[in-house]
Amino acid sequence: MITEVSLFRTFLVVLQCDLVIGFRQRGDMLNPVVFFLMVVTMMPLGITPQANTLAGLAPGLLWVVALLACLLSLNSLFRADFEDGSLEQLILRPQSLYFVVIAKVIAHWLTIGLPLTLVAPLLGILLSLPAEGVVPLWLSLLLGTMTLSLIGGIGAALTVSLSKGGLLLSLIIMPLYVPVLIFGASSVRFAVEGLPYLGTLAVLGTFCALALILAPLATVGALKMSVQE
Amino acid sequence: MGWQWFHRLGSPRWFYEKTSRWMFWLALVTVVLLIVGTVWGLAFAPMDSKQGNSYRIIFIHVPTAFLALAGYYVMAIAGAVGIIWQIKLSYMVMRSAATIGAVLTFIALLTGAVWGKPTWGTWWVWDARITSMLVLFFLYLGVIALQGAYQNGVTANKASAILALVGTVNIPIIYKSVDWWFTLHQPATLKFMGESSIDISMAYPLLVMISGFYCLYAWLMLHWTRAEIVESEQKTVWVRDLLKG
Amino acid sequence: MLFQFESLTDFMYMSGHGPYVWGSYIVTAIALGALVVLPLLKQRQSFIRLKRQQRIEAGQSQSLIIK
Repeated sequence: MITEVSLFRTFLVVLQCDLVIGFRQRGDMLNPVVFFLMVVTMMPLGITPQANTLAGLAPGLLWVVALLACLLSLNSLFRADFEDGSLEQLILRPQSLYFVVIAKVIAHWLTIGLPLTLVAPLLGILLSLPAEGVVPLWLSLLLGTMTLSLIGGIGAALTVSLSKGGLLLSLIIMPLYVPVLIFGASSVRFAVEGLPYLGTLAVLGTFCALALILAPLATVGALKMSVQE
Repeated sequence: MGWQWFHRLGSPRWFYEKTSRWMFWLALVTVVLLIVGTVWGLAFAPMDSKQGNSYRIIFIHVPTAFLALAGYYVMAIAGAVGIIWQIKLSYMVMRSAATIGAVLTFIALLTGAVWGKPTWGTWWVWDARITSMLVLFFLYLGVIALQGAYQNGVTANKASAILALVGTVNIPIIYKSVDWWFTLHQPATLKFMGESSIDISMAYPLLVMISGFYCLYAWLMLHWTRAEIVESEQKTVWVRDLLKG
Repeated sequence: MLFQFESLTDFMYMSGHGPYVWGSYIVTAIALGALVVLPLLKQRQSFIRLKRQQRIEAGQSQSLIIK
């Protein structure tokens, strides 16, 4: 019973600590959102300002750009803890690293994925996304960015000891994002076309649950490997 | 006691000396099968009634596509064995499988595209299988890139083994997702003539080519792993003797 | 089992599909050939490195004798 309580306490402490750090460094939190906004602005400039064309492309574009924004922010997930040695301290503790990893990933999602999700409907307006698509966009990103953060954690852990891990991280993780992108963008497209979209959202939920169980296992292994180097 | 063979297999020297005897015979079988299959497929198999002669690409496209997928699992299993039992040799197998698998995936993609031009009229179609194959190619490239990024060989091996295992869990999900995505967007005008039932006179050379490519894969894996052994063990006496002799 | 083409030029031409079919086979052969040759080159490099090292070692021992 005691270990159970202390595991949960560890989880809360790590989560709280990461959130405090995240909110103190507001720049790091805002950068992905600004990136999201800027890339979406490039789209009408690069393709066409015509509302019809943009509306057709909007579900996919918004999802791809949100995915990229999430990907670019992953590099910092374990970086600071690795550099100041606190990651080593966490690994040396007798308790499992599993919940620590989940706490850190949830903190990352709350500071990166959630803001992206919150501004996405606003950007949907810029790309003239029909009103029916807004709620599914919001819901799919809510579930999807969590999965993206969980899977991305593996990549962040694998590349944390490399000084130039940024681009490599994107290379190794992007193929793993394919299913999330497919079902996320499809949910929004279904809603716009007036089809039922709860099924695809349920699949996204399944991905999220699966990633929550499995991804931290790989992340723990990768972190131990990175620290041992 | 029963595991002795397993640990002996983990010794690079034992592996190198044991496989030396197989290399020639395996190469002979491979060359014979591939030559027979190629000549049969190119010259003696009947022309397909719908696709004409362009279907003859099937004799390399299908075996390489099979091996590209199977090769990923070979790589991941070798990586898992390396992580669990700390066997250096199995990491060498993993590295060999990564390069060979990536090249085979590339061949499958390329022949698929070249086959598509006379059959569908375009080089590239975002078909479910082609897209999955492309993602598989990216997964291979990720493993190779991660392997190359680390200076320390031990860490590089562990990192790419973990990534390969993560990919293994993901491959079925990616395949199912892409399949579902394709049924959603399938253009009505596209007809898949490749689906037409294959005639028995075409199946025999295809079987010969598939077995030939499987032998080739086995030979290439041994060939690459042996080269890895010589490189990493070159400070040992037996490799020095080998290189001199 | 019959030769499916009337002549050798017909065989090369393959009723218009020749470049595609032959191109695929040639590129595949080149790629597989590279897979066969690369480890051999690697082994050769190991051999050259070993030879050089031996020469250096031999040179060192000789210079020691001269001293």
